Amino acid sequence: MEKEISIINAIVFDPLNNIEGEKLDVHIRNGKIVESVGRKARKINASGKTMMPGGVDIHSHIAGSKVNTGRLLRPEDHRKDVEIKTKHTHSGVGYSIPSTRTTGYRYAKMGYTTVFEPATPPLKTRHTHEELDSTPIIDKGCFPLLGNNWFIMEYLRDGRLDECAAFVAWMLKATKGYAIKIVDPGGVEVWGWGKFIKRLDDPIPNFDVTPREIVRGLCKVNKMLNLPHIIHVHTNNLGSPGNYQTTIETMDAVRDLADGKRPIIHITHVQFTGFSGSSWVNLGSGAPEIADYVNDHNHVSVDLGQVIFGDTTTMTADGPFQYFLHQLSGNKWVNLDVEAETGSGIVPFQYKRTNYVNAIQWGIGLELALLVKDPWRVFMTTDHPNGGPFTSYPKVIAWLMSKKAREKMISRINRTARRRLDLPNIDREYTLGEIATITRAAPAKSLTLMNKGHLGLGADADIAIYDLDPSKVDLENKPSTIRKAFKETLYTIKNGKIVSKQGQIAGNSYGNTFYTESQVSKNLEADLMKDIQSRFKDYYTIEFENYPISDGFLRNPAKINCKADV
Amino acid sequence: MSQEVISNVICTVCGCSCDHLQVTIDNDKIVKVKNACAMSSGKMLGYRNERTTQPMMKKGTTLKPTTYERAIDVTAKTIIKSSSPLFYGWSLTSNEAIAIGVDLAEETGGFFDNTTSTCHGPTILGVHEIGESSCTLGEIRHRADLVIYWGSNPVHAHPLHMSRYTVMSKGRFRKSRSDRKLIVVDVRKTDTAKLADVFIQLEPNNDYELMVALRAAVRGDEIEQETVAGVSIDKIEELAEMLINCEFGALFFGLGLTMSAGKSKNIEAALSLVTELNSKTKFVIMPMRGHFNVNGANNVTTWLTGYPYAVDFTQGFPRYNPGETSAVDLLARGECDSALIVASDPISNFPYQAAKHLTSIPLITIDPHITPTTMCSNIILPSAHVGIETTGSTYRMDGVVLETRKLVDPPKGVKTDVEILSALLKRVKSLTR
Amino acid sequence: MKKIQVTLLSGRSLSQGREKEQGKLSESYFKSVACCEINGEDIKEIGLDYGENVRISTKYGTVVVKTTAPKQTLERGIIFVPYGLWVAQVSGSETDGTGMPSYKGISSTLESAKKEKVLTVDQLIKKSFSRKKSKKL
Ligand code: SF4
Ligand SMILES: [Zn+2]
Repeated sequence: MEKEISIINAIVFDPLNNIEGEKLDVHIRNGKIVESVGRKARKINASGKTMMPGGVDIHSHIAGSKVNTGRLLRPEDHRKDVEIKTKHTHSGVGYSIPSTRTTGYRYAKMGYTTVFEPATPPLKTRHTHEELDSTPIIDKGCFPLLGNNWFIMEYLRDGRLDECAAFVAWMLKATKGYAIKIVDPGGVEVWGWGKFIKRLDDPIPNFDVTPREIVRGLCKVNKMLNLPHIIHVHTNNLGSPGNYQTTIETMDAVRDLADGKRPIIHITHVQFTGFSGSSWVNLGSGAPEIADYVNDHNHVSVDLGQVIFGDTTTMTADGPFQYFLHQLSGNKWVNLDVEAETGSGIVPFQYKRTNYVNAIQWGIGLELALLVKDPWRVFMTTDHPNGGPFTSYPKVIAWLMSKKAREKMISRINRTARRRLDLPNIDREYTLGEIATITRAAPAKSLTLMNKGHLGLGADADIAIYDLDPSKVDLENKPSTIRKAFKETLYTIKNGKIVSKQGQIAGNSYGNTFYTESQVSKNLEADLMKDIQSRFKDYYTIEFENYPISDGFLRNPAKINCKADV
Repeated sequence: MSQEVISNVICTVCGCSCDHLQVTIDNDKIVKVKNACAMSSGKMLGYRNERTTQPMMKKGTTLKPTTYERAIDVTAKTIIKSSSPLFYGWSLTSNEAIAIGVDLAEETGGFFDNTTSTCHGPTILGVHEIGESSCTLGEIRHRADLVIYWGSNPVHAHPLHMSRYTVMSKGRFRKSRSDRKLIVVDVRKTDTAKLADVFIQLEPNNDYELMVALRAAVRGDEIEQETVAGVSIDKIEELAEMLINCEFGALFFGLGLTMSAGKSKNIEAALSLVTELNSKTKFVIMPMRGHFNVNGANNVTTWLTGYPYAVDFTQGFPRYNPGETSAVDLLARGECDSALIVASDPISNFPYQAAKHLTSIPLITIDPHITPTTMCSNIILPSAHVGIETTGSTYRMDGVVLETRKLVDPPKGVKTDVEILSALLKRVKSLTR
Repeated sequence: MKKIQVTLLSGRSLSQGREKEQGKLSESYFKSVACCEINGEDIKEIGLDYGENVRISTKYGTVVVKTTAPKQTLERGIIFVPYGLWVAQVSGSETDGTGMPSYKGISSTLESAKKEKVLTVDQLIKKSFSRKKSKKL
């Protein structure tokens, strides 16, 4: 395939470079964006077409033990959505938990080129990488679950922050992980006994540390290690009425650690922890309160976890929440606790328009997106597949860009919910530039992927060209045009190669897997090794030497080096 | 020649994936194994017995030596020509090999099945209906104060299971055997049953009835009969009390449950019982997977196709209907017109009628050993032992993935499953595209 | 000659597990699987001593194996034959829509086969799968 491509006359949205709808040419050589190319370069005439950097999904469950168990749990999910083998592509299945190849193809078709799996149990991360390696086209990475880890809880209890930092650095290296993920801090350990915790200051039995201390400790560790992302937090009390307060308390728990430069805590799928009210009957949207907090405090970023009406499969590391959802729905349930580390649960779920709670949830996600003023701190996700499959993104974009689209859905949801939501009164409509921000530029920035999420010189040539001419269509009045355009690119370019053209996948290339190595001082590392080894056998059922993933294990590893302060 | 001692070696026999073996190598041979059970040392010290070492192909009625290249070429042409080739085995090889196997089945429009269909297939069917409350083995080691083995005899089939992961192990919150109760449910007093605090002997093929009664007792429902499956109601109620009152219970089950009458209904009943127990205490359930990587075969197949076994690619997309698309059913109906067997011995293990059909179609086998299946094959492709003669990743019964090592060289000239299968896939593609 | 009705169970045994790793043509593997554990009363009833051969017949087929004393407790009316080529000859292919054939609890008839031989792997393959003659590699 061509090494050089020129894209001519595109209408470019590149928020990181402050380009909003300018008509520009972009040149590509050897997978990078360059100043100019030779005359023989392949030319793509993009006049009247919208061009953006390739999409970056910061939070989508696409690989690993719970995803695969979700697939295994639900043959009925796959039967209704199959992909037939073609000359260039593998067969596969959807719907809410697509097979690995199908996942890669479907993201590429939508113009997404980088996706992060946000919850991998460290002990099972080899599995996660095996699936990521099997996912074509896109670049990827994964976040190890560290919020219920025995070593970490003990280091924090004992005030041994340096060791804790060194341990986290070792974990990221051992699992080839990218960032610190915290899910229901301490709560999953308690769920190991089938019990629950509710409050940020409840001590975790047997460990004598609180969720607040875990979040704060890891937030400090994150800074000490200078990691490329920030702590990525799924708060306590997910799915319970009134939990918007836990969300705000969690954000506020690290406020004093902020240094003003950039956010230091990311609260994920905030829709699920944006419930106000005290019961299912008076459940309401806590989005206005959360948005107020986010607007007033720049140490926080959030992503949506937008709900899509229809059938999906919920799966989180939040074992207790999944059990609760099983009891609530009566649907089949999987629980998978992981020794000394974490857990997870899976429950199929159907979000119904006419269901009061589901309709409120749908409203919370959109309210958040519309009420948070700074698009650099709110990212579009459905927490795939928890709120709905990632293939629903075009719908979400249409709702954000068009009040008309929202009104149409509002008129069809549960009536009481309609009355109680603020959503009908919100007029804001996202611009294409803001959409480019929340779907690529901002997440790339939050992940410190320097060559992603923009189209400046030297950037990776990951590009999406959509069949959309904002000068010709009145977008806010044409939501179906928005949906159609974002469903399938005219061209998706990955590393300078056309990987998808009008929904036709060109073949099976495989992207990089990003992971982080933060080097702590040699002395600290040596002390840590001694300490881990002295207890490792007591905590785990595998040998210390068999725990780290070997260097040759990943198909295309891409290491991000950082230098720790300790 | 000096001896080399390798520690933390991962055993590739049963689903326990013990990773604490110490192996001594002398002159590229394993001469000593420490920490292993009898099954494991049997393999570690016996892997050189009865090997296939030379690719063979049938000429007329006799097998004649050939080359890998030739054998792979003929194999490729044979499966391309078939309208529905069967690809079966996969539980004694690496994830990497399994993944290539799935692509091969997809490319040639065949059926891909692994040995799950004849061991824990019903377990998977049960999980489709109910889900499962489970965990990694370490959770049980740390927390379980009550362990049940139902239709499973770990003393024989998973010899280190109890000492590494359950009643005899030392965990964070349970220090010794006396901190835990062991309950064994079986149709006969097995060697495992002899170690139990409570042994429940039931009549063969009545697992379902007993499971349902137990669930009723857990719920506090009145049971009409005086005995169920030969077990008195008093005993059942006593058992239910024990389950409810433990802090963390674990139910392991084996083929005694999956294979006895009712099959997937038994498993559904077991899964439901455990799910229900979670409203009263913490309870988990886990199948005792036999072959060391049968769980890997399920996992790899699932992420590639959505389904764990019995996948039908004949229509160009993955389709799944165990009972129809599973190996024994296909063969018993006389449907497949060629078969590639990888690391498995279906001639020894399949019921006669199914095995008989296998021997009436072109049969190609990739295996390190001479087996009844290789003896009946038209083409034999010798291969290296995963975890001894080549690397490869595998799944423990609880889904923990380990990277096995290469300890010694394979017999001279012998290739690995990955090498053979990738060459075969390449050949198939070059012939068809 | 007396025939009795029994329930056939099959499964793994430690020796079968161990000897399988020694190779499926080995004498020790043959001994560990071409056998049938049977209760002391039952064996008396068909007029055999342990170590003598017995014929097991089911609706799926028939096979001769050697009797052995139970290694683990075994009730009357139940026999145990370890997984392997021999028990496969009398197992059924129906899977009741599960993919899983019946290996446990198959109703069988047992009779003395004092005068008959237990077939070796080679012989059994030849007899059962005769289209292809087995050849030593
Ligand atoms: S119990 Fe299983 S995995 Fe462990 S040593 Fe024995 S055969 Fe190997
Ligand atoms: Zn999530």
